[in-house]
Amino acid sequence: MNGKVYGLMAEFATPAAVLHAAEQVRDAGYRRWDVFTPFPIHGLDRVMGYRNSLVGWVALLFGAGAFLSVVGLIWFANAWANPFIVGGKPMFSPPMTFVPAYILLILGAAVGALVGMLGFNQLPRLHHPLFAKKRFELATRDKFIIVIGANDDQFSPAATRRLLETAGGAHIETVEEPE
Amino acid sequence: MPELANLEELRKLAPPAELRRAPVVEGSPGLGALTDKLSAFAEGRIPLWWWAAFLPAAFAAMVVFPVCLFYQVFTGVGVWGNNHPVMWGWDIVNFIWWVGVAHAGTLISAMLFLTRQHWRTTIGRMAEAMTVFAVAMAGLYPAIHVGRAWFDWFMFPIPNSNSMWPQFRSPLMWDVFAVNTYLMVSSLFWFMGMIPDFAVLRDRSTTRIRRAIFSFLAMGWTGSAWQWHNYEKAYVVLCGLCTLLVFTVSSIVGLDFCTAQIAGWHATIFPLYFVIGAVFCGFGMMLLLLISLRKLCHLESIITLAHIEKVAKLTLVSGLCIDYIYAMEFFIAWYSGDPYERWVFEHRLFGHTYFVFGCLMYGINVGVTQLLWFKKVRQNLVWLFIIGLLINIGMWTERFVIVVGSLYQEFLPANWGQYMPTIWDVGLFVGTLGAFFMLYLLFVKFLPMIPIAEVKGVLPQGDPHHRLGGAKEGGHS
Repeated sequence: MNGKVYGLMAEFATPAAVLHAAEQVRDAGYRRWDVFTPFPIHGLDRVMGYRNSLVGWVALLFGAGAFLSVVGLIWFANAWANPFIVGGKPMFSPPMTFVPAYILLILGAAVGALVGMLGFNQLPRLHHPLFAKKRFELATRDKFIIVIGANDDQFSPAATRRLLETAGGAHIETVEEPE
Repeated sequence: MPELANLEELRKLAPPAELRRAPVVEGSPGLGALTDKLSAFAEGRIPLWWWAAFLPAAFAAMVVFPVCLFYQVFTGVGVWGNNHPVMWGWDIVNFIWWVGVAHAGTLISAMLFLTRQHWRTTIGRMAEAMTVFAVAMAGLYPAIHVGRAWFDWFMFPIPNSNSMWPQFRSPLMWDVFAVNTYLMVSSLFWFMGMIPDFAVLRDRSTTRIRRAIFSFLAMGWTGSAWQWHNYEKAYVVLCGLCTLLVFTVSSIVGLDFCTAQIAGWHATIFPLYFVIGAVFCGFGMMLLLLISLRKLCHLESIITLAHIEKVAKLTLVSGLCIDYIYAMEFFIAWYSGDPYERWVFEHRLFGHTYFVFGCLMYGINVGVTQLLWFKKVRQNLVWLFIIGLLINIGMWTERFVIVVGSLYQEFLPANWGQYMPTIWDVGLFVGTLGAFFMLYLLFVKFLPMIPIAEVKGVLPQGDPHHRLGGAKEGGHS
């Protein structure tokens, strides 16, 4: 294949090895790179420089939106569209809306968490240049893979390969962009 | 960093072997071998026992269930034993029972995650599946209990030409939202948890069709640090939300009862009573599923005896809570001085339902549960299986006593009556049991029944600060 280069990928055998290698890649000043692991690795977030994920805020937004919509809906249904006296109580009072609104808050927030997670991760995305690599399949099994993108300013096929080698990477391969 | 000599001294201070935590997975397999082991059942040939269990369950689900369902819907609620004064019969009993079965699943998968119990990773997925399928069965009952199932949409706030809207002050209305939300949120949580494992099965697939299916389900999951970062956040948020649901859904079912004026129902303890009862009943079902599936799917080293013992201990705790509530119910009935309340509770002990109450409900939920105090019992799978089965029966009879036992002799003696279920009540229950087990068997066979990524993540081999995870000096052992 003579396609454009997507990046360089290297394989590591243990979580500790990939964590230390990631530190070296970070210290070398790379910005467009990622680590692919079969499970989340403790401490990797900090190495990658990730702050608190915004998914929680998306969940809050969806949840709060659902809560307020249900309060509005109950006002609309029981006090505006179909006013009906039950037990001599007022047509609308905020406490009476709490239980349905709270339940829908949970539903809204749960949907928000899933949508937020998929959105920030840019999923669903059924194709990825890495899926063409046979050895990348091990990233869901027992190998830990670092990929440095060719779109990184510092990327050079030789120097980047050397960095990955000194960091202890095995099976260093070039990943091509699909044509 | 302390010097190495100090580290050695610190290690000597480590607790003795019998006080250390049991490993999550026995035998310390490598990450690759563990992946093979965990995906083996979903990828292997269908064993004979699976067909032997699936076919009867599928018959109940595909023949008995629709026949009873359609006969009831086309004819009316009169085909059941429900009649004046017992207007709530087996349908509501089964509804509460199924909701109850669901709750322990959420408790195991969500609440134990929030409390960082690593052992829960191995059984979490099976617990979530139990929740999803049990809520689906539960939700069916109220929908057909209304009598004219084709008017079910009246319960949702949908603009219509009659300009009618639901009355949101009714707990029965809250129930509609609670049960539907529970079904949706627990399915969503279950599905999201499986995304990384779908990717595992996708990458292991050997046939084109398997690859296509699991690629679609995994939605392009690569397992990058960024993806895990967001995924973990979403997971913890969903766990928090599901934990809220554990307390909300059954409380609202309890409110259906305690807002009514019927003696035996009109008690403030009911929401809590139903939550605890639900969790207790669900642990019984969890024991049944875990013990049978670990044996049949050869998962003894993954779902270890230590995990089952922990489930047994949680069963005991929830059992003791429910015993306390039974005692409180009797105490309040006496202390309230309300003659109707006292009448109902005296008749629970000595009236027509005394057999159901005394022998089954009291004997099992209060009596049999105490066996779990003994380590010998907690480590004996046959005993635990029998206890799990008995708890399910015990909790079913508890709901029967609450629903029917309070209704059949209400305030006016002219209103007294008897209740007897019909063949259609029984058939529908058998049908839902069949549907539950059919779905569960399909899940076990075709989906990742053990969270592969999660289990690997809590192994010492997955810990970058552990020697088995590749850490050099300073790592803990």
